[in-house]
Amino acid sequence: MKLSKNFVKDYVDIDVDIETLAEDMTRVGNEYDSAEKLINATKLIIGEVLECEMHPDSDHLHICKVNIGKEVLDIVCGAPNVRKGLKVIVAQVGAQLPGGITIKEGNIRGKKSNGMMCSIEELGLESKFLKEEDKAGIHELPANAPVGEDPIKFMEMDDEIADFELTANRGDLLSILGMAYELGAIYDRPVKEIDLKHGEIEEDVNDSFKVEVNTENCNLFLAKKALNVTIKESPAFIKNRLIASGIRPINNVVDISNYVMLEVGQPLHFYDADRLGSKIEVRMAKNNEKLTTLDNIERTLDEDDIVITNGTEAIGLAGVMGGLSTEVEEDTKNIIIESAVFDGVKIRCTSKKIVRSEASNRFEKGLDPNRTYMAIERACTLLEKYADAKIAKGTVVYDKADKQEKKIDITIENINNLLGTEIPQEEALNVFRKLGFKYSVNGNVITVTVPTRRMDISIKEDLIEEVGRIYGVDNIEGKLPVLEARTGKYDKSAREIRNKMIGLGLNEVMSYILINDKEAKKFTTDNFEAIKLLDPLTEDRNTLRYSMIPSLLKIYEYNLDRNNKDVSIFEIGKGFGKVNDDYIEEEKLCVLMSGKYYEGIGNTKNVDFYMIKGVAEELLEYLGYNGRYSFVRNSELPKEFHPGQTAFISINNDIVGIIRKSTSKRNKRRCIYNGN
Amino acid sequence: MKEQIAKIKESAFAEIQNCKTLQELNDVRIKYLGKKGELTGLLKGMKDLSAEERPIIGALVNEVRNNLETKIKENEEAMQEQALNEKLEKEKIDITLPSTKIKRGSKHPINRVIEEIEDIFVSMGYDVVNGPELETDEYCFERLNLPKGHPARDMQDSFYVDPEHLLRTQTSAVQARVMMDNSEKGPIKVICPGKTYRRDDDATHSHQFGQVEGLLIDKNISLADLKGTLEVFVRKMLGENSKLRFRPSYFPFTEPSYEVDVSCFKCGGKGCNLCKQTGWIEILGSGMVHPNVLKMNGYDPEKYTGFAFGTGLDRLAMFKYGITDIRYFYTNDVRFLNQFDRKDVD
Repeated sequence: MKLSKNFVKDYVDIDVDIETLAEDMTRVGNEYDSAEKLINATKLIIGEVLECEMHPDSDHLHICKVNIGKEVLDIVCGAPNVRKGLKVIVAQVGAQLPGGITIKEGNIRGKKSNGMMCSIEELGLESKFLKEEDKAGIHELPANAPVGEDPIKFMEMDDEIADFELTANRGDLLSILGMAYELGAIYDRPVKEIDLKHGEIEEDVNDSFKVEVNTENCNLFLAKKALNVTIKESPAFIKNRLIASGIRPINNVVDISNYVMLEVGQPLHFYDADRLGSKIEVRMAKNNEKLTTLDNIERTLDEDDIVITNGTEAIGLAGVMGGLSTEVEEDTKNIIIESAVFDGVKIRCTSKKIVRSEASNRFEKGLDPNRTYMAIERACTLLEKYADAKIAKGTVVYDKADKQEKKIDITIENINNLLGTEIPQEEALNVFRKLGFKYSVNGNVITVTVPTRRMDISIKEDLIEEVGRIYGVDNIEGKLPVLEARTGKYDKSAREIRNKMIGLGLNEVMSYILINDKEAKKFTTDNFEAIKLLDPLTEDRNTLRYSMIPSLLKIYEYNLDRNNKDVSIFEIGKGFGKVNDDYIEEEKLCVLMSGKYYEGIGNTKNVDFYMIKGVAEELLEYLGYNGRYSFVRNSELPKEFHPGQTAFISINNDIVGIIRKSTSKRNKRRCIYNGN
Repeated sequence: MKEQIAKIKESAFAEIQNCKTLQELNDVRIKYLGKKGELTGLLKGMKDLSAEERPIIGALVNEVRNNLETKIKENEEAMQEQALNEKLEKEKIDITLPSTKIKRGSKHPINRVIEEIEDIFVSMGYDVVNGPELETDEYCFERLNLPKGHPARDMQDSFYVDPEHLLRTQTSAVQARVMMDNSEKGPIKVICPGKTYRRDDDATHSHQFGQVEGLLIDKNISLADLKGTLEVFVRKMLGENSKLRFRPSYFPFTEPSYEVDVSCFKCGGKGCNLCKQTGWIEILGSGMVHPNVLKMNGYDPEKYTGFAFGTGLDRLAMFKYGITDIRYFYTNDVRFLNQFDRKDVD
């Protein structure tokens, strides 16, 4: 969530810079990715082009005299739209522009140039926010732009943005209002009221429009009607706040629906009322039902998708994307506003198939039903103000939502026991007050009334977390738990085997358990079904290994390709398989040896069958199997094994491992011991 | 008689001096000191001497005899030593030639880190436990307060093998197992290191990675206990000067939840490329066990509280050994592995 400081200042007084704000938010649990100015440029000034002549040595450069109030600058400019009388953004000598550009005194084809006239693009706005004219030339300021003043301030782009990585439980912070309450708690400032006032005309929306909800996956649906809207460009503050929040401005009506979503946290949908008709029905889609969405793609729906219909056919995918047929367009006159709550899990599934959007994200995290009412009124306020709309009286309401505030009883002992603190009661009450939670104290019981915006708070422990984070976890002193003294236990066998193998000169490896399904049945004659992933990342790793040999062979080949020829490695890991419908998971040891075991002048020993047999014996003796194991032949061999140079390790007549020489050409010298 | 003795002595010494071999020496010994030797022969003539002369001559003969024996022995030893020296000289080799290389074993860096963590916690009285890597949805998510469709499941994109079984995305899955397995529903003090899997693969994320989980449940366990425990652990692991920062966060299975940052051990908190100029490195997730988790797994949240924490082993190993790419752990180039063939510097 990108937080525009200008936007949130509508609702709470902030007097710290954006870095401090971001750090303070992090301390209470809202981590940030970045904190910076919307326009990251210095030494910009509004100028007026007094003279503009063609450069004698160029077919596109102009030599200009630009008045910046305190002086007149000579600037050579290549933009096609530069002309006499134009008000422009001038980057003075010494200005720092995004992308590490510094403006210096220059000389362009023999003419001096003391500054640069800038386009919006050069000020660092992302290209998705740029209009055609922004890309074509320098930015043209309106005629009333005051020469010598700060152009960023004049364009109302003097904003700062912090980009927060919010936790999944804080859906309330996906709104400026929610952020205002959080910042209000940190800085102990009150949150201002939102303006929901607007006029109404005699026509009642209920007379001409009906809503029918036929699914339990929608428990709140509100509709209002705005008439005679004028579609035009949004005022600068709306456009800039959308840009600061990462949303591209389109026109005033579309922008208002996004603006209210950012401000209140409730996604809205605007329908062209005349294209929509007189009814909305919300229901689950039928299997294979078709809908063409806003992006002009025909979607095939199923029973898990919530759809909006006009009573006969689907016109929108609830909470995810509107339909093409009822979209607000340049010629739209009348609007039906939808403000609704859809089931988060269903929206999550649908949006995963179609597209994750700002709206679907908010539905997934859960919405405050009281905000659903607030948002539709707020939209009317703004449509009246910035789109000349007349608002029809009344609201079409379908409401099965629980709008009750939760009451939670807690004591100061509860708080201090879980936090390990001695916070006085007044301090805890002070935290609740800062958060805007009402409370009453009865004896030693504090009853806290949690506002509906805080859907993450439902039990005592949630309130304790609030006290902990606003009181400050840094103020809690760490101690060690006082418990019965005891010695920890652990199974040493893996460590003992590991240390023995390392002592024998082998490198321990850690390999991937996921392998290609073609490898899964190799190197074994055991009876099992290989376990495949439903949704693998790559086909190379789509199956769980049963034998560890394919994993170690991969490592061997990786080393061979890097000219590491002496590879003696082992791994203690797991093999997986399905036997009689049961998943089995077994701890295994696999050893692979090749190349030289030791090497000296006239004293070099290559790995052979007997060498790895020796390693196996060393381990077996170390583990105390002396006298109980033997090496035997077995006629039933996997075809990857050399029939004449393979031994099975038998302990009390159970086969526990295999030593073998590889039959494949490339891996001729390798010997393998694989044991459980 | 005295003259005779002096003569024998003189000629014997001269002959000893001329001896070149042990054999010649032996011949001289027999010639003078043998049963029929010249000096021995003299003793036979003693009976003709007077009583006064006999002891004097006897002593003289014995003295000469001793002198001769000593001299022969000396020369014998000198010859033997010379022979040995000649033999050793012939056997001399060039000790500066290269040695016979004995293959060196090495412990995988992630297992080194696991063993270190195990030792720290075992010394504090924790048991080390294990759980299945192919886990049920129930234990990996549902019993940890993460029902199906929960938005927090997005943090852990999973490898399912059927709708109810997946490769565990977190060692936290073992929490529920330990609680369910404890039939007395008494105190629990465990850590669980192991492999975990998520659908993610790049320079900083491997689809297979290691985690270690810690769980402590008892009466009167508080956040302060968690803080103190993690302080001990991190300082032992990453240096006594490490500072910790607890940041409130959200995990469905703990409430309250905290992410834990450690002061950057590369720059000491001043800001560098490792800590992305923040001075802090995130290393742990932790919190107080959510009452729903206690309840779902048979514990009464009114009687028991607990804390849990988890940390990524790969990241710890990367920090500890200055490794920049997580994939080195799994490609297992033997030249990389050979760098882990010695003990840690204390």
